[in-house]
Amino acid sequence: MSLGLPIRRFDALVVGAGGSGMRAALELARADLKVAVLSKVFPTRSHTVAAQGGIAAPLANSSDDNWHWHMYDTVKGSDYLGDQDAIEYMCRRANEVVVELEHMGMPFDRLENGKIYQRPFGGHTQDYGSAKMAMRACAAADRTGHAMLHTLYQQNVRTNTQFFVEWMALDLIRDPQDGAVLGVTALEMETGEVCIFQAKATLFATGGSGRIFYASTNAFINTGDGLGMVARAGLPLEDMEFYQFHPTGVYGAGVLITEGVRGEGGYLLNKDGERFMERYAPNAKDLASRDVVSRAMTTEIKEGRGCGPEKDHVMLKLDHLGAEVINHRLPGIREIAIKFANADPIRDLVPVVPTVHYQMGGIPAKYTGNVVVPEGSNNESIVPGFYAVGECSCVSVHGANRLGTNSLLDLVVFGKASGEQVIKDARTMPGAHRTLPKDAGDYTRARLARLDSNAAGERVVDVLTDLRRAMQAHCGVFRFPDDLVLGVQKVKEIAERSKRTFIKDKSKVFNTARVEALELDNLVETALATIVSAEARKESRGAQARADFPSRDDKNWMKHTLWYKEGNRLAYKPVHLKPMTVDSFEPKVRTY
Amino acid sequence: MKLSIYRYDPDKDAKPYMKDYDVELEHSDRMLLDALVKVKNLDDSISFRRSCREGVCGSDAININGKNGLACVTKVADLPEHVTLRPLPGMPVIRDLIVDMTQFFKQYESIKPYVVNHDAPPERERLQSPAQREELNGLYECILCACCSTSCPSFWWNPDKFVGPAGLLQAYRFIADSRDQETAARLDNLEDPYRLFRCHTIMNCVDACPKNLNPTRAIGKIKELMVKRMV
Repeated sequence: MSLGLPIRRFDALVVGAGGSGMRAALELARADLKVAVLSKVFPTRSHTVAAQGGIAAPLANSSDDNWHWHMYDTVKGSDYLGDQDAIEYMCRRANEVVVELEHMGMPFDRLENGKIYQRPFGGHTQDYGSAKMAMRACAAADRTGHAMLHTLYQQNVRTNTQFFVEWMALDLIRDPQDGAVLGVTALEMETGEVCIFQAKATLFATGGSGRIFYASTNAFINTGDGLGMVARAGLPLEDMEFYQFHPTGVYGAGVLITEGVRGEGGYLLNKDGERFMERYAPNAKDLASRDVVSRAMTTEIKEGRGCGPEKDHVMLKLDHLGAEVINHRLPGIREIAIKFANADPIRDLVPVVPTVHYQMGGIPAKYTGNVVVPEGSNNESIVPGFYAVGECSCVSVHGANRLGTNSLLDLVVFGKASGEQVIKDARTMPGAHRTLPKDAGDYTRARLARLDSNAAGERVVDVLTDLRRAMQAHCGVFRFPDDLVLGVQKVKEIAERSKRTFIKDKSKVFNTARVEALELDNLVETALATIVSAEARKESRGAQARADFPSRDDKNWMKHTLWYKEGNRLAYKPVHLKPMTVDSFEPKVRTY
Repeated sequence: MKLSIYRYDPDKDAKPYMKDYDVELEHSDRMLLDALVKVKNLDDSISFRRSCREGVCGSDAININGKNGLACVTKVADLPEHVTLRPLPGMPVIRDLIVDMTQFFKQYESIKPYVVNHDAPPERERLQSPAQREELNGLYECILCACCSTSCPSFWWNPDKFVGPAGLLQAYRFIADSRDQETAARLDNLEDPYRLFRCHTIMNCVDACPKNLNPTRAIGKIKELMVKRMV
C-alpha cells in the first residue's frame, strides 16, 4: 500500500471484453502468461453484440472473390487515408480468422453445400470496383455480432480466462523515464474499491465513443474510456474527425438497421417514392459506401424530399423481399422495426435517418497492436508495454470511412495479431515488474476525491446533454466552417464545466452516478479530439464532408491527424501508401 | 408516469424499501428504460444496469409489475400508468435493481458452453447443411439476461443445483450442433436428480423470455434423449 492503492500484478492486462479484447485474451490463454481481462460490463454485454450484418472474408462461397479485391475495396472505401500495409495484412488474414470462428462453433448461416452463407454489402465489389458486387459478408442471420461475441466468450470460458467483471479502468500508469505503460488504475463497481493493475503488457480494447453525439446507434457504455485515458496520459489520438454516420438508424430511436437489409435487396425511397440512390451512385446504388449513402440521404432531406410531416427522414423499403427472406435472414431487424418504429418490414416502409455509428480514428497503433507515437524524427515510435485493438485503435485500416463488415473483421484479425505480438514481446520482457512511480495512483485518487467531496456543482447529465447536442449540431454529416469554429469553442467551454461536476450519490456500492461522471471525462476528451481535428482539416474525405472545401485534397491533406490534449495541439503524419507485398493503389476519384 | 421502485443501498439502508417517482415523459420516451433514465436524472442515486438499449445485450432485465422483462424493449404505452419495478426475483440484491448474477453464470458455465470436436480442424469451414443449422435457431439467440431462470420456482429453490432454463437451453444448443461430438458426455453431465430433472414444466421461462425462445421445449428434447439412451 505504499502507493495508497492495492496492487495486482499480471503479465498481461486486457482492458475491454468485446470482440477484440476477447480474441486477444484467447490468444494469450494459449501462452504461459498470467492474464487479466477487465470489463465495465459482463463480456457478452459488450457492444460487439449489437453488430448485425456480417463479417468480411473473401471465402468466395457465393461469388468470385479474393483478398486483392477486398483490399482494393477497403483502400477505396477509406478514401485513400487507410494505411495500405495494414489493410493488406487484414485482408490476407480474413479467411483464416473467420474459418477459426467457425471452428470455434460460431453459428454462421449456411448455403445448400454446407459452406458459410455470404451476402453482398456496401462497397464490396468484384474485380477492383467493377459493377458486379462481391458476396463477402459472412453472416449469422442479422445477429452476426451476437453470435461472434458469445462464441468468443464461450471459448474464454473453455480456457478459463480470468475476467474482472464490472471493473472500470480509470487512468493509465506510465513510467516517467521512457513513457512505457505499466498498467492502469481501476474501480470495482460493486464495492467501490480502487486498485492498480500492473502488467508488463497492457492491451486496450475499450471500444468506441459514439455517445459523444446526441443520436447514435451506440450503447450507453460506448464512452471512449480508453481514448480518454490515453489523452490524459499525454499520448495522441489519430484521425478522430472521421466519424461514420450509418445510413439506416431507426428515425427517432437511433437503433441500427443493418446494411445487410440492402445487401438482401432492400432500398431507400424519398417522399416521392423515388429510389434516389440511383442518381448518386448509378452502379452500386443503395450499396455504395456508407459515407456516400448518408450524404445522399442528408441532401434529399435538405432539399425538401424527406418524408413525414417534418420531412426529416427517408424510407427503407423491404416489403418486396417477402416474408420468407425477412423472417429467415433478417429476423432481428423485423423485431427492431416493429418495436422501435411501429413498422413491420414485411408490409410497411421503415423510417430511417443517418445516425452516428463508428469511430474510424483512435489510439495510433500498428497492425501488431503496438501503440506508436511520434518521437523525434520517428513518426511511429513504439510505446513499450502498450497495445490497442478494435474500435478504440487507429491501425489505420478504415481511414476516412469504414466498409461495412470490416469492423468485426478488424476485431478478430488484430485481436489475434496483438495477442501474438504480446506473446512474442513477453519473451524479451524481464522477469520482474518495473518499480511503479511513487505517484502512480495519485491522479485517479484526486479525481475520485473531487467527486466524493463536492457538495455542489454541475449535474453530470446537464453537461453530458450539452456536449452531445453540441457535437450533433456542429459536427454532423455535412460540416460548415462557422459551425465548426463555434463548435470547438462550445466543446471547450463544456470541457471546463466537466471539471466542476457534482454527484449527490456518495455510496461505495455500485454507484452508477460516479461511473457516469467518470465516463463524462472520457467523452469530453474524445469530443474535443473530434471537433478540433475536424475544424483543422480543410478538405472533404470519407466521413468528413466540408461545405467550404467540398473536394479531397491529396496534395495537402493525404495525412493522418494526431491530436494531443495539451493545448489541443495537432500534428500530422504520412499515410502508408506502400502495401506489404503488392503494388500501391493510387488515389483516384471515388465513385460508386 | 408513476413508478414505485425497489431501493436498497447496503452502504446506508438497514433494509430495502419502495420509493415512488413521478416522471414527465416526452414523446421520444418510448420504452421503460427511457423512463428509468428520466428517474435517474431526478435522483442520481438509483442504480440499474443498461447498455445496448435495443434488447440484445441482456443488461437491463428487471421485474416489471411482477413479470420479468427487459426495460429497453418494454413499451411504456403497453404498461399501466402505475408501474412497480423490482430486481429479478430470487437473486441476492447488490443494490437497487442490480442483482448478483454469479450463480446464474456458474450454471451457464457448468454445461460447457462451447462446441467440442476432436477431429483435426480442416483448412476451411466444417460443413453444416442448412437443415442442421436450422436446429440451432431458437437456441443460439439467448442473451443471458436471466429473465427465464429468475422466473422459475425450481431455480429459486435450488440455484446451486438446478441448471435452470437458460443454462439448459444452452446445453441443448450444443447437443443440437452437428459439429459437436460430446452429446454423451453432455447428457451424463445432466443425469442428476437436480441439474435437469428439477424442471417441472411450469413454463414461466417461456412466458418471461424477451427473445421469444422456448427453454421448456429444449429441456423436453434433452429429456427425450435421456430416455432414448436408456432403452
